[in-house]
Amino acid sequence: MLTRTASWTSHSSMDLEHGSKKPSAAPTAATSTSTILQVRERFMALQPIVLRASAILATAVAAAVMGLNTQSYTAVVAIIGTRPLMQTFTAKFSDTPAYFVTANAIAGAYNLAVLLMRRLILRRRTASLIVHMLDMVIMVMLATGAATAASMAYLGKNGNLHTRWNPICDKFGSFCNRGGIALVSSFIGVALMLALNLLSAAANASRPNAVGH
Amino acid sequence: MAKVQRLISIVLRLAAAAAAAAAAIIMVTSHETTSFFGLEMEAKYSYTPSFIFFVVAFAVACVYSLLVVLVRPGSTASRLVLMSDVIIGMVLTGAVAATGALSEVGKNGNTHAGWLPICVQVHEYCNRVMGALIAGFVALVVYFLIIMYSLHELAEPLCSCHY
Repeated sequence: MLTRTASWTSHSSMDLEHGSKKPSAAPTAATSTSTILQVRERFMALQPIVLRASAILATAVAAAVMGLNTQSYTAVVAIIGTRPLMQTFTAKFSDTPAYFVTANAIAGAYNLAVLLMRRLILRRRTASLIVHMLDMVIMVMLATGAATAASMAYLGKNGNLHTRWNPICDKFGSFCNRGGIALVSSFIGVALMLALNLLSAAANASRPNAVGH
Repeated sequence: MAKVQRLISIVLRLAAAAAAAAAAIIMVTSHETTSFFGLEMEAKYSYTPSFIFFVVAFAVACVYSLLVVLVRPGSTASRLVLMSDVIIGMVLTGAVAATGALSEVGKNGNTHAGWLPICVQVHEYCNRVMGALIAGFVALVVYFLIIMYSLHELAEPLCSCHY
């Protein structure tokens, strides 16, 4: 146990020396391969930033597209005498439980907050563990939201003959299209957050031969 | 110490297999026929793709849990097992979420889409589906414990409990 903590403190002191975004190469590496190692370390240090930025983009797009998703059409419902009676049918996202939009909005805001506070988190052990746990929680929340929305979208597109639920996508075509785009974007966000999770897990492992920062 | 860890891991996996099997079996045996204003209405799990996905996901999880008990701890296969544990956990989460959404629509309906609730007519079917959802949720919690425990075994972040 003593050797393990010693290796951890030496690693973190190297972080403090060389800054947070560029972890130093291993001190025992030969100089000819040190540049390659440095490039590789730099690439690996950039990965979480790129992943988080893409996750923010994906979840924000999903939340925005679904949130502004509304379509209405007016149809003639009945004819009284000579005057037709018109009624407007509207489909809004808030007709279904707004869990999907909420989950995506929370995930986007959380990722944005973590990205902005990256400098504070990178050097501290407990903070990076807390971020990892929250990453997992937010990813599962996103996954449940996406699964819920997917089952609703399937129901809206195909209906269910046995329960006499009619499909609504033939009447609200562009509502369904936009909802589909939001769903795909949310799934991409879930995949990105899964990759982020694996990266955090690799980085937080306390083994001496762990890969990552 | 290693034996205690292995015992805990085996107990957790058997519990997960039992809960997953219960969820799948309860969902499969949910079947009710009722007559409604002269129309015959039948409710079965196989009429809804989300429920089929639920059954398949939990059956796969049950078989997987039973098979994984045979893996030796500490080998490379145990790292693979951890990864597939996470994947199966996510699949189960998706299954429970989709089934929950559909059950909510079945119970409350959706006036904007013109979908009427069906739970008033097929009350027993709805109860069975609710039971399957509860068992599935229990299986999900146990899977979460398995993943946490495996992570704790492989890489102890803050705890110095074992060597």
